[in-house]
Amino acid sequence: MDIVVCIKQVPEITEVKIDPVTNTLVREGVPSIVNPFDEFALEEAIRIKEKSGGTVTVVTMGPPQAKEALLRCLAMGADKAMHLTDRMFAGSDTLATAYTLALAIRKLKFDLIFCGKQAIDGDTAQVAASLAEKLGIPQITYIKKVDVDEKNRKIVVHRETDEGYEVIECRFPVLLTAIKGLNEPRLPSVMGIISAKKKEIKTLGAADIATTAESEKFGLKGSPTYVEKIFAPTPPSSGLMFTGDESSSVKKLIQHMISDKVL
Amino acid sequence: MISVLQECTGCGLCVRACPFAAIKVDTDKDKKIAEIILESCTLCGSCVNVCPVHAIKIEREKTEINQGDHKDIWIFAEQHEKRIRNVVFELLGKGRELADECGEKLCAVLLGNGISELIKPLSEYGADKVYVVDCEALMHYSTEPYTNVFTGLITKYKPNILLFGATSNGRDLAPRIASRLNIGLTADCTKLEIVGEKQLLQTRPAFGGNIMASILTRTFPQMATVRPNVMKRKEPDRKKEAVIEKVNVKIDERSLRIKITDIVKEIKGVGLNIEEAEIIVSCGRGIGSPENIKCVEELASALGAAVGGSRAVVDAGWLPHHQQVGQTGKTVAPKIYIAIGISGAIQHLVGMQTSDVIIAINNDPEAPIFKVATYGIVGDLFKVVPVLANEFREVLKQRSKTM
Repeated sequence: MDIVVCIKQVPEITEVKIDPVTNTLVREGVPSIVNPFDEFALEEAIRIKEKSGGTVTVVTMGPPQAKEALLRCLAMGADKAMHLTDRMFAGSDTLATAYTLALAIRKLKFDLIFCGKQAIDGDTAQVAASLAEKLGIPQITYIKKVDVDEKNRKIVVHRETDEGYEVIECRFPVLLTAIKGLNEPRLPSVMGIISAKKKEIKTLGAADIATTAESEKFGLKGSPTYVEKIFAPTPPSSGLMFTGDESSSVKKLIQHMISDKVL
Repeated sequence: MISVLQECTGCGLCVRACPFAAIKVDTDKDKKIAEIILESCTLCGSCVNVCPVHAIKIEREKTEINQGDHKDIWIFAEQHEKRIRNVVFELLGKGRELADECGEKLCAVLLGNGISELIKPLSEYGADKVYVVDCEALMHYSTEPYTNVFTGLITKYKPNILLFGATSNGRDLAPRIASRLNIGLTADCTKLEIVGEKQLLQTRPAFGGNIMASILTRTFPQMATVRPNVMKRKEPDRKKEAVIEKVNVKIDERSLRIKITDIVKEIKGVGLNIEEAEIIVSCGRGIGSPENIKCVEELASALGAAVGGSRAVVDAGWLPHHQQVGQTGKTVAPKIYIAIGISGAIQHLVGMQTSDVIIAINNDPEAPIFKVATYGIVGDLFKVVPVLANEFREVLKQRSKTM
């Protein structure tokens, strides 16, 4: 079983603010983590590998410091890592990101690709499905249970829906996106952290994965969407607080809701 | 442009996969090779995906950066078990405004099986035209056949704007289509407006709602998914009758790579899904034990609301994961969100702070949930919640009498 896991390094959202003067993101000093949904994806890949053998390769596209995120994944138990980093990739929207990842992943051998449901910074949930299409393989999103039938080269998964879940069968190769509840990701062990430093992280730039013509579709140039402006949301106006005796608080609440036409 | 390359072995898998009956393999000829019937081909791309030797190529016009003949506003009329999702009516409401502003038609795209009775409500809520694709393989949502059929419709009819509800399935389908057509897509928008030359300015929250971004698209159709419960539906016009455009497709289920073998329903209690609900009653660690969820459910049933929970409650196993609100659960934006015994960690707030009205009940006046609350009650939730349920029942009873 050869499994590819796509991950993203993201800022801890609690810390991200807009500079009120320049209206740009303030990212300095904001701690970075591996996107939590990607950890569910990686954990599942490692568990499958521990059972059936094979390799787990983590792939990320991002600035040089995204290497830290890859190191954490290697420490959790991934075997190899691939880091796509180049200034030409900067400004990629979800389509350009999927295109770039697809060019690199196409060069790897894989039976399964795991992604997290979405990244907690952009919250788009678009890269995984776009990537599956670029690779020409099926996708199954929102996975909460995976059974691998290696002999028949297929998987049986539970896909969460708005009403419950679907049981879905699919042959390899297929791309899956993980949600919370799929598993409980492990913390890297001390041994894992030590051995991670000896594992291979392959760093690839635009020229390593693409022809000049293909590079036209990278980054800002290859992105059909662009941000016109960013701004801080209007802060919530401070609300009405009711304290003291509970029954009278409830009565006051109902009165206000009626006069504010909420009820 | 679609072309069949020399590598073609004439295996016929593409014939089976084509929903528009636009490929044949002539068995009489010396060399069996797939032939495209160009007048039927919609360039949907189903064949490219299934060809084992990569012998079919589609060259799409260098990204469509000119509006050209792209016109009309399209809404994906997502249905589930022959019930149209609430967000579709909201999209029709917004779509109506956009269509009037552009001087274009508002069209709904309805895929399913045995769905003719769903056309009327779509017209009543604003559609000028309804594209209907009725086929057994489309009865239940599945990525592959929906992508193939929808892409075919887009390349054939060329809409200007295309909107999907940001539901689980909408967010599964839209990026697959956009990727196939190499066009832009904006996720989970909360505001849409027309600027310049019929350009769609799409505004969405990012970083969990700490930042808003307004996005434009260089390609056509301009595609977006839209957060449920944000746009307003219009009053239905019972007399309105949309033009119906039926599109015939033939889907051979053997050609599909994904097989749905079972569909399990899990929503319990009040039976509402939190992403669609107009009112959500949500509980946190403060409720103390799983037995106390009953009093929360009581309140929810008084209001016809869905029940949600914080991460603490879900991690403790008191509620299933699909009812979790917050960063690792679902993002919701109901008309009313009632937070009971939820302190309001940032990971929870990002999942609900765009709700219209937030009511917080907590015994700690310093709890961060009060910072986003429209109304807050500081007190013992076990005293507040039952009284609140009774009061709501009273008000609603009075109201139904006077109606």
